[in-house]
Amino acid sequence: MSVREYLRERFMPHLWCPGCGHGIIMNNLIRAIESLGIKKNDIVMVTGIGCSSRISGYLDFHTLHTLHGRALAFATGVKLARPELKIIVPMGDGDAIAIGGNHFIHAARRNIDITAIIMNNRVYGMTGGQFSPLSGYGTLATTAPYGNIYEAFDTVELARGAGASFVARTTTYHVRSMKEIIEKAIMHKGFSVVEILSQCPTYFGRKNKRGDAVEMLKYLKESTAPIGSERKRKNPALIERGIFVEEDRPEYCAEYEKIVEKAQKG
Amino acid sequence: MSKKTLFLQGNEACVEGALYAGLDFFAGYPITPSTEIAEMLSMRLPKKGGKFIQMEDEIASMCAIIGASLTGHKSMTATSGPGFSLKQEAIGYAVMAEVPCVVVDVQRGGPSTGMPTKVSQGDVMQTRWGTHGDHAIITLTASNHQDLFAITVEAFNLSETYRTPVILLLDEVIAHMREKLVIPEKGEIPLVERLWTSVKEGTDYHPYLPREDGRLPMSDFGGVHRYNVTGLVHDMWGFPSEDPRIAYGLMRHLVDKIEGHVKEMTHVKEYYLDDADVVLISYGSSARSALHLVENRRARGERLGLLELQTLWPFPAEAVRKSCERAEYVIVVEMNMGQVTEEVRKVVHDHETVFLANRIDGTFISPTDIRNILRVVQGKGV
Ligand SMILES: Cc1ncc(C[n+]2csc(CCOP(=O)(O)OP(=O)(O)O)c2C)c(N)n1
Ligand code: SF4
Ligand SMILES: [Mg+2]
Repeated sequence: MSVREYLRERFMPHLWCPGCGHGIIMNNLIRAIESLGIKKNDIVMVTGIGCSSRISGYLDFHTLHTLHGRALAFATGVKLARPELKIIVPMGDGDAIAIGGNHFIHAARRNIDITAIIMNNRVYGMTGGQFSPLSGYGTLATTAPYGNIYEAFDTVELARGAGASFVARTTTYHVRSMKEIIEKAIMHKGFSVVEILSQCPTYFGRKNKRGDAVEMLKYLKESTAPIGSERKRKNPALIERGIFVEEDRPEYCAEYEKIVEKAQKG
Repeated sequence: MSKKTLFLQGNEACVEGALYAGLDFFAGYPITPSTEIAEMLSMRLPKKGGKFIQMEDEIASMCAIIGASLTGHKSMTATSGPGFSLKQEAIGYAVMAEVPCVVVDVQRGGPSTGMPTKVSQGDVMQTRWGTHGDHAIITLTASNHQDLFAITVEAFNLSETYRTPVILLLDEVIAHMREKLVIPEKGEIPLVERLWTSVKEGTDYHPYLPREDGRLPMSDFGGVHRYNVTGLVHDMWGFPSEDPRIAYGLMRHLVDKIEGHVKEMTHVKEYYLDDADVVLISYGSSARSALHLVENRRARGERLGLLELQTLWPFPAEAVRKSCERAEYVIVVEMNMGQVTEEVRKVVHDHETVFLANRIDGTFISPTDIRNILRVVQGKGV
């Protein structure tokens, strides 16, 4: 199938700005699903609210565009009710880690078989450039005109600590590995988290003088390095990318099936 | 074969009714005085292969049942005051996206943490206007376990018929009181099952295009029709739209499908209304004390009657107006500061005949409490 067959033409044109990283992520998500050969009817995509969350509308799956921060809670209902479906939940950084932070850590702890994709542009894009929990110390935002005084979460460590059994990070620059990582995450049985460092040239870029989309992509290339690489050893400030956690652990719906067996025996 | 007779709490009667109606997905978070519902369902649902999940909070619970309902499962959550507040945004989502589900709110003293173990009926207006924006909602209640069972089934039936969340509004006294319940035979109370679309695979399916009778046939997530569900204003495919005509059409549809069927949704019980010159109006556990007083006074030749409301929203205005037509006094008995009283005043021909008999101190309103108010109203002194 071609990429176009996964798109809902009726929904086009999309609302993303030129150069926005969200389109790159959508493109590679489609390619990953295509190469896995999963049927469109078997995929439910659940999203919250944000520029990123609009992705569900553009794609020809069963799509559930929900409330800001709550996508994983809706997705948990869908998954537990129909465990045979593949559930993919793309979220913005604010969506996933600020307002949805509680749902995020609990979905991870449950190790429920859902793929969470965090489209991290370090800003609240949809509402016009306020800082997010992933903006980082010293960044500028419309609600941090004198500089942000929060440290950022490390999403990978957060997901690992909360119990996710698959945790990875990549960027919109590294499209090849992005596709491969997404494939692995979707096929992983358990809660999988893929953080994708992305760019919002319109707000984060402009406010923080990071240049246009091309320059922001270049920055993503230069500021990151593969896990345990020579470059990382030489420059510890670099952000690691790759697969951090990939473990086989009891999955929630499978565990629930055991409860059903127990209850029906007794 | 004799019918199964149980002696149980109201929360348990609600569980029995929900299971009878075909509940097979429950998500919740513990809170007094609703917790027994979750506890019982954690035991019962797995036995029938249904799903029970304790979520991280009430918001998540509400969201989870919406997700589950979209896959074709009858779904419910249960909570109480503070938890009901948390659910409001997602209840609005279910209204907008037209997702059938049942939300139980067992009222306790409020606002805030209030009096967790004490009775109140202070959430009537929150069930009506708890979520933001213009909308219509269905709220049902009952005053005894047999009725509670039946009204729980009705909550599921209405939610499926009208593709809407239905609020089942209980109170602490009903929830924890024990009395008899006879479980109806299978088929004794008709069940409304989900209306599935007959549109074939490969043919354009419109999830948000009402049929002539106003109903919207559904297609399960995971089925052959892939469509979009959103809380944004949307067209007949579920695609977001800012077209004023589409926005207007959707708003009218969401409200009219409920406000236009008040008659079908009205459930009231009438006691001694034919010749009553004092009409009591009540609902939930307060209606028990009201009925007690009515029967007590009838024995002394006083012409009291009771209109018990089981449907609170959409407000059964016609039934109320009719019952109050020849009443000298109308006394609304409720455990709040007059939430239904105000509605009654709006619909009777002379609002000055309407009085409130209430308690707001966490104490169950007694027949004596009502009688004392009645005597004041009648100018007899206490
Ligand atoms: C309950 C609630 N609070 C706030 C908002 C407003 N809001 C919409 S999107 C958003 C943040 C979006 O940022 P992010 O999740 O990072 O997604 P992005 O737009 O950057 O892709 C906010 C605060 C909302 N829709 N709902
Ligand atoms: S505002 Fe930022 S995140 Fe939103 S579409 Fe534009 S570039 Fe993308
Ligand atoms: Mg963002």
